[in-house]
Amino acid sequence: MASVLIIGATSDIAKATARVYAEEGFDLILASRRSEALDAFATDLNIRTGRSVDRVDFDVLDYSSHDAFYETLASRPEGVIVAVGYLGDQEKAQSDFEESQKIVDTNYTGIVSILNIISNDFEERRSGFIIGISSVAGDRGRKSNYVYGSSKAALTTYLSGLRNRLFESGVHVLTVKPGFVATKMTEKMDLPERLTAQPEEVAKAIYHAQKTGKNVLYTKGLWKWIMLTIKNIPEWKFKRMSI
Amino acid sequence: MGFLSWGNYPHIKSKIFRFDKPERLKRIIAENTDLIPFGNGRSYGDSALSKNIIETRKMNYFLAFDEDKGEIRVQAGVLLSEILELVVPKGWFLKVTPGTKLITVGGAIAADVHGKNHHVAGCFSESVISFSLMMGDGKVKICTKNQNKELFRATCGGMGLTGVITEATLSLTPIKSKTIHQTTIKTQNLKETFEAFETYRDTPYSVAWIDCLAKGDALGRCLLMVGDFSNDGDLSYSNKWRLNIPFSFPSFTLNYASIKLLNFGYFQKTIGRITQQKVSIDTFFYPLDFVDNWNRVYGKNGFTQYQCILPKEASYEGYERILAKIADAGKGSFLAILKLCGAENENYLSFPMEGYSLALDFKIEDDLFALLDSLDEIVAEYGGRVYLAKDVRVSRDNFEKGYPKVTLFRALRKKYNLTQGFSSLQSKRVGI
Repeated sequence: MASVLIIGATSDIAKATARVYAEEGFDLILASRRSEALDAFATDLNIRTGRSVDRVDFDVLDYSSHDAFYETLASRPEGVIVAVGYLGDQEKAQSDFEESQKIVDTNYTGIVSILNIISNDFEERRSGFIIGISSVAGDRGRKSNYVYGSSKAALTTYLSGLRNRLFESGVHVLTVKPGFVATKMTEKMDLPERLTAQPEEVAKAIYHAQKTGKNVLYTKGLWKWIMLTIKNIPEWKFKRMSI
Repeated sequence: MGFLSWGNYPHIKSKIFRFDKPERLKRIIAENTDLIPFGNGRSYGDSALSKNIIETRKMNYFLAFDEDKGEIRVQAGVLLSEILELVVPKGWFLKVTPGTKLITVGGAIAADVHGKNHHVAGCFSESVISFSLMMGDGKVKICTKNQNKELFRATCGGMGLTGVITEATLSLTPIKSKTIHQTTIKTQNLKETFEAFETYRDTPYSVAWIDCLAKGDALGRCLLMVGDFSNDGDLSYSNKWRLNIPFSFPSFTLNYASIKLLNFGYFQKTIGRITQQKVSIDTFFYPLDFVDNWNRVYGKNGFTQYQCILPKEASYEGYERILAKIADAGKGSFLAILKLCGAENENYLSFPMEGYSLALDFKIEDDLFALLDSLDEIVAEYGGRVYLAKDVRVSRDNFEKGYPKVTLFRALRKKYNLTQGFSSLQSKRVGI
């Protein structure tokens, strides 16, 4: 049975997506820093869907472990979903380089490390799909979250190049740009209801987009137009704005 | 921020507490008073409304399923519908299910819900092997019919006032089909209706839809539907597709004339006195779940369901009076459901007793509560009671008359120091 590797599996979007893929008949390999925290979740998925759900330890910041991690997986996955992400604290990041580095390395450097390995494998066997969860925050730098935003911009660009490269090998790369999503990460924020997606909604959209070969997915769809508008504001005007 | 109950009445502002780990729940309980657990919002009245609400729906993992024994262990936020999706294809069904599957297991225990088979299978608590209860001090007690017996009896039917149920193990009943053989009996009056119930009392599932606007000779005429699972071996089951009512209807949509028409249409649809049908689990057990948010047809002002039960020997006389009173008042009930219940259990606040239960929906109007108060008087006179899971207005006095074991419940709440920590609008009104 085909399996899907989910990296950063403790996030709410990752869990909801894991559920959709299991319901659609995929076995799962859930990778996270504290894989034992996923035991109850995995048991639940296994009971609900009958699919096998493995847990493995994985630290995105421990680059030197990535080769061995991928080599020792029990089976080669059909697809990989990278849901690793760290929002961080923008204000702290401005004065504390360690915070900036953690944001950049979690959202970008570490993902480059593991996706280099996986994409070489997929390219060689000429099949598979790669889904990267980026963010609308990467579409334009704003004062409120530009360290996070720039790391996501880098990820978006990486995924775009990877898609270009792997197209010839028949490996599909999907970039997901969620807008507001009601998750643990955004629990403390006061989000506008109409623009905020539930993780389950994002998960279904991801599955559908991957299946139909879509390249870039905004969830909710409205965000595509919001970001288009924001991207088109001239810089002389944008720098004076507070959004 | 606020949550609404199924009746969309009353509207209150509450603080909503969410948690993903037991430690967080413990802290919520330790730091707050006037808490009430809230499941999937299907209780009709104010039993799950309070200043502080604990949302339990997201605590929804399956913990174990023994396919051979038919036992399932789940967290309390799991919906009955989720259980059915899993167990029906494996040849199992809930021992007891109410008329909606869109309720949490925690809610089913807290209201000690019953279904069309109460006269043979009892309340939901009969299917509960054990549950875990987090109480005021954050400690978790495991309760069964033998272990922590008094907590078991208080919690089943205790409307969330004994603490937060975190998980439960349920015993299931085997089935050989997803199809139910249904027999529909059309009766002409209340006397025939009761006779028909008795005739079919050995059939495990039964329910009657009463045309409660019929007067005079036709008072109490009904369609009685009885049934049991088929043996055809087809267990395929899915429930993905539903209708939705996306907004509240104007409150004048349901008035005397339109309800009369609906009731009349429903009644006339069935031709012939006794007919046979083959129907699905969803059609037979959960006809209204097919329409998401069906409660919105009652308009923005909301509605309530009046559900009472009368001892068997008093049922005929009592319901004749109750139905006549409703028909005279010209108050519409979209739904009027009569059910036969078996012997009462030992739980302190469980609703069913040996007799007949009647449930009617009313949209909230100025003069409604006066009518319902007068129904309460009749119910009390015959030694019956009203159902807390539906109630939004019963007086403390009438409540107490119906539930003599309330003194045990109050004593237990006091003994375990639960009275400050857990309360609902309803518990304050009726004094529990």
